Amino acid sequence: MSTSDIAASGSGTMFSRRSLEASSPRYGEKAIYVFLALCALLSVVVTSSIVVSLLLPTIDFFRQVSLSSFFLDTVWAPRQATGRFGVWPIVVGTLNIVIWALLVAIPIGLASAIYLAEYASTRVRRIVKPILEILAGIPTVAIGLFAFLFLRPAAERALPFLEWSSLFSVGVAGVAVGLMIVPLVASISDDAMRAVPRALREGGYGLGANKLKVSLRIVFPGAISGIVASIVLAGSRAVGETMVVLIAAGRTPNLTFNPTQSVQTMTAYIGGTATGDIPTGTLDYDTLFAVGTLLFVMTLALNVLAIRLVQRFREAYE
Amino acid sequence: MMPLSGGTRLAAAGARAVTEDSLRNTNRADRATSAIFLALLLLGVGVAMMGLAAILIWALVEGAPRLGIELLTNGPSTVRPEQAGFRTSIIGSLMVVGGVLVLIVPIGVGAAIYLEEYADRNRWWNRLIELNIQNLAGVPSIVFGILGLAFIVRGPLSLGFVAVAGSLTLALLVLPTVIIASREAIRAVPPSIREGSLALGATRWQTVRRQVLPAALPGVLTGVILSIARATGEAAPLLLVGAVTFVTFDPDFFTGAYSTLPVQIYNYSSRPQAEFRVLAIAGVTVMLGLVLLMNSFAVWLRNRYEQSW
Repeated sequence: MSTSDIAASGSGTMFSRRSLEASSPRYGEKAIYVFLALCALLSVVVTSSIVVSLLLPTIDFFRQVSLSSFFLDTVWAPRQATGRFGVWPIVVGTLNIVIWALLVAIPIGLASAIYLAEYASTRVRRIVKPILEILAGIPTVAIGLFAFLFLRPAAERALPFLEWSSLFSVGVAGVAVGLMIVPLVASISDDAMRAVPRALREGGYGLGANKLKVSLRIVFPGAISGIVASIVLAGSRAVGETMVVLIAAGRTPNLTFNPTQSVQTMTAYIGGTATGDIPTGTLDYDTLFAVGTLLFVMTLALNVLAIRLVQRFREAYE
Repeated sequence: MMPLSGGTRLAAAGARAVTEDSLRNTNRADRATSAIFLALLLLGVGVAMMGLAAILIWALVEGAPRLGIELLTNGPSTVRPEQAGFRTSIIGSLMVVGGVLVLIVPIGVGAAIYLEEYADRNRWWNRLIELNIQNLAGVPSIVFGILGLAFIVRGPLSLGFVAVAGSLTLALLVLPTVIIASREAIRAVPPSIREGSLALGATRWQTVRRQVLPAALPGVLTGVILSIARATGEAAPLLLVGAVTFVTFDPDFFTGAYSTLPVQIYNYSSRPQAEFRVLAIAGVTVMLGLVLLMNSFAVWLRNRYEQSW
């Protein structure tokens, strides 16, 4: 649609067309349109820049390090003289965080969502929802410190039979990340469940089902794509989380699933390594971007999946 | 009722009692499961709330020994934790976040207006922009740090490790949030208002400027405040664009080293001495205070102006 079409479409073109035509060319309107379109276009520029800025050094990286030593080796020691670039330890580190985070966030988030959507009165809802939003707004540095200085010692006291040999603990960091993503799971699942039409609930009640059955057998399955989307998005957030992991899980590349050990995640590697002034074009610099690319691809895949799922529940009921 | 023999009457009464009892029993079992279920739901909500409360109380209690005005006015120090403060990083945060605000309001609201008021959904490029913004909103913050390092600090813009590079990086990070929130607010303005304005002879921009934007303002403002709160607490991307340096003098926006409050907190927390940890927690208390103030204001604003047309 061209600008003049847009300017005219509001006033309608049903009667004699000439008399309704704008009396001046309205350059101001056109300039504003161009400015607004550029603002929107910036997002595409940003995405392209991200892809370009990640890809170029990544290509350089794979000129020096073979694909097989990146994906098949199991030792991650990129900054040593005899550098080993097996990415598995930091991928597994990230996986550790995601598993612990989802173990916490799924039950708590879904319980909160079902409660908010089906059980809470409007008054309770008006109090609980903002509190969850405030939890979502807590800076990750604060959550990381809380995990490192409070949760980690508390966990040692509560579970003394585990072997707490490190100051850092991937399990504790994962639980803290889980707490952080509870609001995400809760709010998207809550939206999805509220989008389930009232008539379906009333049908259930009419057949004699109680609230529990309506919630679990009608609303929950009806909202399942949104609920899965919320979990996928939460997983993506956990993959990308940096500060909590950097502070509470440490920086030791460790191929382990032991929750009391320190691990390095992909994000912690990037955040922990890039703080110095690494010269452009060195292998250290390129390694950052190679890991960044892997991280970007993983989160992008999860996000695209989640967006698809959300669209599905929107289409089903709206 | 039919006259019945004693035995029949007894049998009938027994049958009745058993049936009633079994019905009541299923009822009771149902009620018990329902109660347990509700208890589990409440437990979930309770744990989330307790988590939030625990963080706030922990920060206040553990940081208390250092809370005071000198925490804000003293500069940082690597050797005397008992006197060190957050002066330079607070100034750095104000600069960086101020820059973010100046950048995201026109660009974010502009993009939202374009997508809601001007863009034709049937064109592939508009759908591309829309999908793109949704995806950008999910890109991890550290990846924006990589972008900032490659394109803003070095590469095309080559600004170096300065506060304005931090501002640009964080602005790109929160832009999708501002756009999505503003679109939501603009979409909530009913079409009849636009149609009325256009029918009276206003141009498209006059309609947007005088009718749509004022009506959508509280919603837009909510989105902006939430984004600013996020930028205030964000540390990860700033690690890559230079905010980790230890700055002992007041920073400048365009030249020289800078740090921000969350990055300085991270910096202190990674030192082994206990005094530095108390200092870091006191910093967390200050940061939480700021961020919670902004978030609560945004939530209040939204509830206050929740409008039904």
